[in-house]
Formats: sequence, C-alpha cells, structure tokens
Amino acid sequence: MNARSPSRIRAVRRRIATTVRRWIAAHHGGDLRRLPGAVCRRIAAHYGADPLHLLALLACFALAGYAASRVVAAGIWVGFAVWFIGSAIVHDLVLYPLYALADVAVQRRPWARRRPGPHVRWRPWINYLRVPAGLSGLLLLVWFPLILRQSEETYRKAVGLDTSPYLGRWLLVTGVLFAGSALAYALRLRSAASARRGPRLRHRPERPRRE
Amino acid sequence: MFGAVLLIGLTLIAITGLLSYAAYDPRLAGNDLTPEKGVLGFYLFDWPTHPVWLYRLSQAVHVILGVTLVPVLLAKLWSVIPKLFDWPPARSPAQALERMSLLLLVGGAVFEFVTGILNIQLFYVFPFFYPAHLYGAWIFLAAFVVHVAFKLPRMVSALRSRSFRRELRTGLGDTRPEPPDPDGLVAVCPGEPTVSRRGLLGFVGGASLTLFGLSVGQTMDGPLRRTALLAPHGREYGPGPNDFQVNKTAAAKGITARDAGPGWALELVGLRRMRLSRPDLLAMPLYTYDLPIACVEGWSTRQRWTGVRLADLARLAGATPGIDEVFVESLERGGVFGHVTLSARQVADRASLLALRVNGADLSLDHGFPARIMVPNAPGVHNTKWVTRLSFRPARP
Repeated sequence: MNARSPSRIRAVRRRIATTVRRWIAAHHGGDLRRLPGAVCRRIAAHYGADPLHLLALLACFALAGYAASRVVAAGIWVGFAVWFIGSAIVHDLVLYPLYALADVAVQRRPWARRRPGPHVRWRPWINYLRVPAGLSGLLLLVWFPLILRQSEETYRKAVGLDTSPYLGRWLLVTGVLFAGSALAYALRLRSAASARRGPRLRHRPERPRRE
Repeated sequence: MFGAVLLIGLTLIAITGLLSYAAYDPRLAGNDLTPEKGVLGFYLFDWPTHPVWLYRLSQAVHVILGVTLVPVLLAKLWSVIPKLFDWPPARSPAQALERMSLLLLVGGAVFEFVTGILNIQLFYVFPFFYPAHLYGAWIFLAAFVVHVAFKLPRMVSALRSRSFRRELRTGLGDTRPEPPDPDGLVAVCPGEPTVSRRGLLGFVGGASLTLFGLSVGQTMDGPLRRTALLAPHGREYGPGPNDFQVNKTAAAKGITARDAGPGWALELVGLRRMRLSRPDLLAMPLYTYDLPIACVEGWSTRQRWTGVRLADLARLAGATPGIDEVFVESLERGGVFGHVTLSARQVADRASLLALRVNGADLSLDHGFPARIMVPNAPGVHNTKWVTRLSFRPARP
C-alpha cells in the first residue's frame, strides 16, 4: 500500500477543501463562496456573519442615527430617550412578569378548597379564566386613559363630553366576557358528562316487560 | 405566524402613516411644524382632493389597525422573550450589532404604539407627540427593514414546518412541544401544555377582533357607530343636525358667541381686499356636498355641508383658482392648528367650501360657526373652524 501516491494526496486535499467549504457554509450562511476575495472571508471570520449583514446593519444605524439627530435638534431628546428605552423594556420587564406571575398564582390556587375527592375530575379550566381576564386586561391596557379618566380635562376641551361612560362600558364588556366564558365552561362540563354517560345508556339492555 | 401578521400589518401602518404626513401638505407654509425635520420632512406630491374618502380610509387603517395589532405585538414579544436573557449577550460582533438593532426594533415598535394610542385618547403625558411619533417611526422602520431582511427566510421556513390546517385540527391532547430550533427560542424543559397552538392563535386573534370590534365604529356612520364602545371618538351627541363628533370645542379655543356674532366678517385678501358678512356670503351661490371629516386620530363621519366655493371667493379677491393657494386663519386663540395653507389644487376643487350650514341647519358654534373650511379628502384639522381671514397668494412652483 503506497500512502504517498499522488492520487491519494489529491483525495486528501479534496476532503480537506470540502470540509472547509462545509464549515464556512455552516457558519456563514453559505453565501461566502459567491463573494470574491479573501477580504470578505477575513471580515466574516472576525465579524461573525456575512459582510452584507454588516452593511445592512450599518445602513439601519445610519438612518436611525439621523432620525435621532433630528430628535436632538428638536430639543426633545431627554423625554424621547426615556420613553423609547422605557418602551423597549416595558413588556419584557414589567408586563411579562405581571401576567406570568398572575398565571402561576392562579394555577397554584393557594386559596382553593380541597378537591372533593379523587373521584371528581375537573375539566381543564385555566383557559376559561385566562381568556376573559386576558381580554379584559388588554382592553384596560389600551384604553386606560379613558376608562380611568386620566385625560378628562383635555378630552372635555376637545370633545365637549366627559369620559364617564367608559368605565361602565369596560365593566360591561368584562362582565360579558366572564359570563360567556363561564357559560362555555358549563356547556363543556355538560357535554363531557353526557359523553361519559351516553354510551352506557345506549348499551343498557332493555328491561324485559312485565305482562 | 405573529411575525407574518406583523410584517403585513406594520407595513400597512407605515404606509398609511407616511400618507398621513403627506396629507398635511408639509411643503406649504405653516402646515408642518415638526422642528428640525431635515430630509425626513420630505415632500412627495400635492395631496389630492379625490377620492374624497381616501384620507378617511387610510387614517382609519393607520389607527384602527394599530389598535387591532396590539395583541399580536404583545404575543410576538412574549414568544421571543427567552432571547432577552440570552447569555453571553453576544458571541460575535455581528450578534452584538444585531441585538442593538433589536433594541431599536422593539423600542421603536412599542414607542410608536404607546405614543399613538395615548395620543388618540388625548392623554398628553408627553408634550411632543408629532415630532416624536414621526422620528420614532423612522428609527423603527430602519430596524424593521433590516430585521425583515434577516429573518424572512427563517419565518418562511417556520411557517412551512407545520401545516396550518393540521394545527387547526390539533387539540390540546395532541399538542407536543416544539422541536429544538437554531435560535434557541424553544424551552429546554417545557411544562405540560395548557393551551394548543390553535388555542393560542384563537386567543390572540380573538383579542384583536375584540379591540377591532369595539373601536372600528368610530370610523363609520349610521347605527354601526354605536358599536364603538371603547373608542375615544365614537360618541353620540343627539339627534340634531349638528349632533356629530366634535374634537375642538369653541370654549377650549376661547371663541365666544360675541366673536361669532353679527360683528363677524370674513376678510378676503388678494389683489383686492374686502370684508364679507355672513348675509353677504349666504347671498352668494351656495353648493351642497356630502363630505367626510376624517381626523388624524382615526375617527371620521360624513355630513352634508352647504357653503360658498373657495374658488368663487378666490375670484372675488382677484386670485386665480388653480394657480393661487390660500392661507386660512381662524379666530382660535392658542394651539398650532389655528391656521393652514391649502394648496392651489384644494382651492380649485368644486367641492372645496367655506361651509356655512350643515345638514340643512346653521353650523353650531362647536362646529365652526359662522364659517368653516370643508375640503374634500383633507385631514380634519385642515378644515379650519371659525374662519376670519382668507389670504390668496400664488403657489410656489
């Protein structure tokens, strides 16, 4: 066996080249082969992605930076920055913990009575609470200035009416949502119960008639 | 899925937002008071007067679609929340830069939604709505375009990885966790599912429908308007001819009955100067058109307006309809919309009126008595109330 034969060396070289190509393809989206020059490859190796990725982001930051410079020039940058950064974190660091905690708390039901017994099986009920509570909370989140009468003065100046009806309307919608959900849960329980009873009734042999 | 909805929805909102900017004819003197706007205050075209419902539709889409997409935006943020706690924060410069652009994306999106939604409720906790909403939109759009460019293939492959129809037939019992994904969004150790995928879609879609159904009425007339239970401008005033939505009362602008009384006269300024009392105006040829008032805040209503054509007033002042624009001034005290420049095209339109009556009755004081502008397809705030002076002047080319 001649390990140094030219064909063998060529085969090894080919295998190395294929491995490198595969590695580049796997790490750089495969587009590198089409880009000319070692420069691109070097940028990509240091940067961690296709040079086009860098160009696109630079264009993005250029436009955003220009808009930000207009904010500074307009003299409103302090308030703008506070609201902008606040917006970036309000969901992830405020709303999400709130609704996640509420969900966990409700599912653990620390205040719940003990179950009547192992023979009673509850239908899954959490979504019948999540949906109306979520929708009602969402309506409050979007329309709280009206519902909680936060913009009363400017609203009255503009519209000529006050915002008093909105709290009642929100409560009405909330009530309808919870009532609808309760009704849906009741129907679900009922259909589940009749499904359990149903087949037995049908298969019960007819009682022999007494003459 | 949420990404696909947001891609289409936010694109529509961006387009209608830019259209709304164009609708103010920002090139004309005094119309755009955005400070230091630079090239972002670009001017594309004169805002058309037809179709008369265009601004009504585009601004309804901007505002109502925005409200409708709130649950989708929240669901999207919820679905990517593991990324926030990615550690280490960046494995390469590329990732670090991309995450900075995501800060602009998320911050920009929520900023635009929050400022827009608070503004339509007249909740002015920030004193800078117009420039902030405009500049925030550009920051958001910059990050949005790049994000779509990066993630579109990912979105397509994610959508293709499941059959939508099969998911709609899959209940909770058959719901299985997502297989591990290249982005690391899937939970490593997921709990028991409590909601199916179709259930989540239904929840978010239902939430959107609820918001939509309770607010879209403020863009409609007739009985459907009463469905706008949770919308700032779907209010009922009564059955009279002047009982429709007001968004700037006479009291708020310091207009008294005396200002609008018999002493009032319209001042025309052009090659000639003259003063016309309300009886003088009523003696001119009067025209009646059904025109919508469509507010930048997303509400609208169509009413029947009667008045003098702006083109006739232009001729009286020695101006030429189609060549001259008009600077309109109101009796309003304070505020930035007490004046407006209407383009030569708007002055020349047959349906552009100095309205004196509405639905067969004299205008009420809150609707602009003694006289107000009604221009087809113009943003509501350009239909200046309590007009005191019209100054015609040649339009800049």
